[in-house]
Amino acid sequence: MHPSYLPLGARMSARLERFFEMVSQMPPARWSMGVLRRLGFTGRTLVIAIPWIWLLLFFLIPFVIVLKISFADTRLGVPPYTSLLEVSENYVLLKANINNYLFIIKESLYFKAFLSSLKVASISTLLCLLIAYPMAYGIARASSNWRNTLLLLIILPFWTSFLVRVYAWIGLLRNNGLINNVLMGLGIIDEPIVMMQTNFAMYVGIVYSYLPFMILPLYSNLEKHDNTLLEAAVDLGATPFKAFLRITLPLSMPGVIAGSMLVFIPAVGEFVIPRLLGGQNSLMIGRVLWDEFFSNRNWPMASAVAISLLLLLVLPIVIFQRYQAKETAGVAHR
Amino acid sequence: MNQKRSLFLLTALVFGFAFLYIPILSVIVYSFNESKLVTVWGGFSTKWYGELLRDRQMLSGVWLSLRIAAVTATGAVIIGTLAGLVLARFGKFRGRTALSGMATAPLVMPDVVTGLSLLLLFVAFAPLPFVPDQRGFSTIVIAHITLTMAYVTVVVQSRLSTMDESLEEAAMDLGARPYKVFLVITLPIIAPAIVSGWLLAFTLSLDDLVIASFTAGPSTNTLPMMIFSKVRLGVTPEINALATIMVSVVTVFVIAAGVLMARQEKARQRDARMAAANAGALPQP
Repeated sequence: MHPSYLPLGARMSARLERFFEMVSQMPPARWSMGVLRRLGFTGRTLVIAIPWIWLLLFFLIPFVIVLKISFADTRLGVPPYTSLLEVSENYVLLKANINNYLFIIKESLYFKAFLSSLKVASISTLLCLLIAYPMAYGIARASSNWRNTLLLLIILPFWTSFLVRVYAWIGLLRNNGLINNVLMGLGIIDEPIVMMQTNFAMYVGIVYSYLPFMILPLYSNLEKHDNTLLEAAVDLGATPFKAFLRITLPLSMPGVIAGSMLVFIPAVGEFVIPRLLGGQNSLMIGRVLWDEFFSNRNWPMASAVAISLLLLLVLPIVIFQRYQAKETAGVAHR
Repeated sequence: MNQKRSLFLLTALVFGFAFLYIPILSVIVYSFNESKLVTVWGGFSTKWYGELLRDRQMLSGVWLSLRIAAVTATGAVIIGTLAGLVLARFGKFRGRTALSGMATAPLVMPDVVTGLSLLLLFVAFAPLPFVPDQRGFSTIVIAHITLTMAYVTVVVQSRLSTMDESLEEAAMDLGARPYKVFLVITLPIIAPAIVSGWLLAFTLSLDDLVIASFTAGPSTNTLPMMIFSKVRLGVTPEINALATIMVSVVTVFVIAAGVLMARQEKARQRDARMAAANAGALPQP
């Protein structure tokens, strides 16, 4: 008998099991299983191989191709880049064009775009942290009845379309948008404040979109804290604020790091928010890459920008993965 | 002192939730606005919903995006579950580090990079057989599976690592074949993770603009691509109506799922309590 909390899973798996048994009895299945076994494949290797090969094909190899094309030249035609290998009668020539990379370093437009992406992402991450920490702490401290509802309210916007949420801000921030109308109606300002297509709007959009990514890891860390530690500190004469600084904050660092990486890394390469909310000259590297590809049709240059962006993000990505691995392993050994 | 802290946290929560919800609420309110000028209130009306339902192009975009999302979610759940299972239960094997790195990297990879790299792959391999020479539905699905399987992997892996391995070991000891152990024991245990992974993959696919723009052919227009090209021209009441429909559908689903999960959790706790009580009532051998 399956326990009552597994009705869906149990029924599903019973049906699947019958199906698999039927299929495995069929001659083609039996024949191919025999061949695979003779070749030394076990079921275990096959299970490992499926996700491995998928990721190899559609995650790793694409990056090798991007790297290759970043050293190519543009040309008119399909595909719009030259081949690196040139085969003549007696030679195979490998021609790598490093002009794209030189251009990125020398041309101040690209350099500035990289710098401003880093700046925007850092400031947004900091703002997210400042808003998210008290919220996550508040939710972790709420009574257990409230906690689930509040968490649901945090997750809900995350499930609704990102594009729609960014779009919603256009209606609020425009010159004749809701915020300006309310402020003018109250008589606080006479002229509408220009907020759309400024860096301010871009920050609002990024912080708004990525806030749940900061709150959730922070919450899952803060929720685990042992309250007796704080009580002991207060008993020993620490002010609550000092107790927070000396105990809660250091203990929550893993959550802070995870949340910051989850905001910072995608924010550096963000395209949609700068395009919709930021100004014409908001230089974000994601936008430069997009324009290079779609407007200028310069695929090698776009590839070089992508590779540079990846090099920039290698360190944060490695930090994030360390944390991710530690987190799942830590749960396993608890 | 403690009261001061609670007051501060409460204020933070109130302002934080206001920040999260005011934009969404404003879209919903203005979707019922009679006036074409989005900022002037011209009375209650549902005419933009009618307009939306007559927009053939938009509806075909919705249908295409829904189909892509359904196929993506199913594929991502299959491959992502295998990856999560391998990472959580298979111990050490050659290529484990590479797999765990590749499985979580798409979570944080900027989507312009993922999109560009997949497009270049499709272009480079286009002359080969078995590769779709027309970019569109299938290429977007492949790209979305690669993106969303990472989420499924993480959800399944963390669910498995909180679960005791002893049930599976017991079944193995009793002579069950590994695939049978998976179907009878592991799959029911991770079923909630699989369901939430499927829903997550579905929404992410439905929502993606950047990767789809790179990997779609010239004649393929998904819903986010249509919204994006309309929004670039400014706020349109029709989009407000569409956004309201999307938000309501999602809200109903998420709340229903939340209630369902809470109920299952309660049932599980009740079973555990009953099991404990029964164990106590049994005569000691």
